[in-house]
Amino acid sequence: MALAVDASRFEGVPMAPPDPILGVSEAFKADTSDLKLNLGVGAYRTEELQPAVLNVVKKAEKLMLEKGENKEYLPIEGFAAFNKATADLLLGADNPVIKQGRVATLQSLSGTGSLRLAAAFIQRYFPDAKVLISSPTWGNHKNIFNDARVPWSEYRYYDPKTVGLDFEGMIADIQAAPEGSFVLLHGCAHNPTGIDPTPEQWEKLADVIEEKKHMPFFDVAYQGFASGSLDEDASSVRLFVKRGLEVFVAQSYSKNLGLYAERIGAINVICSAPEVADRVKSQLKRLARPMYSNPPIHGAKIVANVVGDPTMFGEWKEEMEQMAGRIKNVRQKLYDSLTEKDQSGKDWSFILSQIGMFSFTGLNRPQSDNMTDKWHIYMTKDGRISLAGLNLAKCEYLADAIIDSFHNVN
Amino acid sequence: MVLNVVRRAEQMLIQNESRVKEYLPITGLADFNKLSAKLIFGADSPAIQENRVATVQCLSGTGSLRVGGEFLARHYHERTIYIPQPTWGNHPKVFTLAGLTARSYRYYDPATRGLDFQGLLEDLSSAPSGAIVLLHACAHNPTGVDPTLEQWEQIRQLMRSKALLPFFDSAYQGFASGSLDKDAQSVRMFVADGGELLMAQSYAKNMGLYGERVGALSIVCGSADIAVKVESQLKLVIRPMYSNPPLHGASIVATILKDSAMFDEWTLELKAMADRIISMREQLFNALKIRETPGDWSHIIKQIGMFTFTGLNSDQVAFMRQEYHIYMTSDGRISMAGLSSRTVPHLADAIHAAVTKLK
Repeated sequence: MALAVDASRFEGVPMAPPDPILGVSEAFKADTSDLKLNLGVGAYRTEELQPAVLNVVKKAEKLMLEKGENKEYLPIEGFAAFNKATADLLLGADNPVIKQGRVATLQSLSGTGSLRLAAAFIQRYFPDAKVLISSPTWGNHKNIFNDARVPWSEYRYYDPKTVGLDFEGMIADIQAAPEGSFVLLHGCAHNPTGIDPTPEQWEKLADVIEEKKHMPFFDVAYQGFASGSLDEDASSVRLFVKRGLEVFVAQSYSKNLGLYAERIGAINVICSAPEVADRVKSQLKRLARPMYSNPPIHGAKIVANVVGDPTMFGEWKEEMEQMAGRIKNVRQKLYDSLTEKDQSGKDWSFILSQIGMFSFTGLNRPQSDNMTDKWHIYMTKDGRISLAGLNLAKCEYLADAIIDSFHNVN
Repeated sequence: MVLNVVRRAEQMLIQNESRVKEYLPITGLADFNKLSAKLIFGADSPAIQENRVATVQCLSGTGSLRVGGEFLARHYHERTIYIPQPTWGNHPKVFTLAGLTARSYRYYDPATRGLDFQGLLEDLSSAPSGAIVLLHACAHNPTGVDPTLEQWEQIRQLMRSKALLPFFDSAYQGFASGSLDKDAQSVRMFVADGGELLMAQSYAKNMGLYGERVGALSIVCGSADIAVKVESQLKLVIRPMYSNPPLHGASIVATILKDSAMFDEWTLELKAMADRIISMREQLFNALKIRETPGDWSHIIKQIGMFTFTGLNSDQVAFMRQEYHIYMTSDGRISMAGLSSRTVPHLADAIHAAVTKLK
């Protein structure tokens, strides 16, 4: 048989750098030190630093197995019961916008997939618009908008001086943006900083967004996980919806139901009228079909079973409160360790005021490198640590490492 | 209908208390990837032995095609992909949104209800050097018309002489003939010559995992070094699309493929599914023969896979819907999987009526 001639067609393909977030886990796995600690990716760990599947999820899966359901294709928009449960959870089941049929919900591939579908929609129907993203934001946001060819710019968010929110900067930048921009907001537990606007600040943000006819675009990856309460964590979204604004919401069950690997979430668009929601939904479907045809069933059925059954729903809420509670405990212990050990008088209280899985330590790149190189503590290079990967036993070690990196490295 | 072996695999997974749901790597479940490459290329494939294959788990066939298309749009010097006429309805959109330009090559000949081989060769000959060519590995969708092995060899030689890049879509391995190896022959022929290709693999039909969205994209590269770089770039395509793929379906596949008893059980169930469809084809063909329905209906038994391109025109199709409540796409394509011994006579009656009453 004649052999194919030619050098490789892919000779010129360069080696891509590892993902800044997901690459951390790879590096962690390769480390042989006993002291190593993975504070990279935002995946919840138990106090024993083990991954865990929620009891209610195990229950749902056993139930699904017993029922012996089929594995037929879902419709492009996903599992209907899942979509309904998701909109209800996000907005409140008795929200008038749901009753009025103004919500377009499509099951999508977790938060990333939801953001990507929305980005593709923006590129097609709002080709002149840009997305405003917080500085800093989740590392993958920029990649998503870049690949979808949607231009973006940043609004001020994190103030390193106060280790808090630069609210004036945020408002000014959103106000200065061209009318009709999409404003990407973290619904709760801002990633990577853990710093959220107060309810009053949310109101002011809604004022400005409304005034400039911007489109609010929420990324909700931690509903229930931030404060422990599903409703409280959705209050920012509901505030905007209550104002009668049209809103995009990308939503994920990765953390709050621990369904990381099942890729389950939804893109929701709250529209001004039901016929608008129908049209928007139809076009989102047209974008999903050439991407993956229809979404995966397994995670959707788990969610529908858990949310649809009052007993399981109650159990879920309890497990979620426990997870959020463990993180609050760890924050307290870390804060206590830092204040006790650090003689410099630096104010570490931001550890307590930040919310959610992450803490923005304020460590810079060389300092973060020191955390890894000297102390075998793995984190992202923007200074973000995942408290979900920390336990009480390791707080003192971590405190030592942070103090050393902060004071002795520049 | 869920395969027995799939149910068993699922049971094992769900009853395993130490199982977790942590994010898969961007490239997906490692075992699944290795096993999928072996399944389509053969365990003894030199490309695999030489580590020249980059395999990433994707969202079934569609997702594999889309990721492959996006990769080519970024890293390959030719942006045109040739797709057969006709092809699966979603193909053009997948590639267009990925950033490629879709052109077609002649494939189906309505006169013979078979392959327009001359047209195919002519169109591929006139394609620019290096262009990408989409090939259905077996059981062409929607026509059911596949090249013979001799024809595949000619296609291969032509393509390699023009440096055309093969992009295989394999959605029916094992489901078409009943044999996993037989249904992979076209692909393996291309790998054996040492050349490069892309392969989009789906487990939707052959494992009945439709809604779980399980598939894999493999890129056979010129060297192991290149395969590593290609994999790293595939990750950059995937991460901003959905970060990492879903676990459940891939775990089921890996469980079955790595256990020889379950693998054997699967091949038996697969063969039974394929045989059932082949039997439906024979029954329909015989039913038309008995009725002395005018025309040559041998294409029903020559075509392979889930679908048959009957050759009925849109008027005849509409007639069959109105008078006999038989539903098919207006291009005359019927799904053999939807037939049973009980329903074949009714379908034969309908075809007979349509063909004798309308032209």
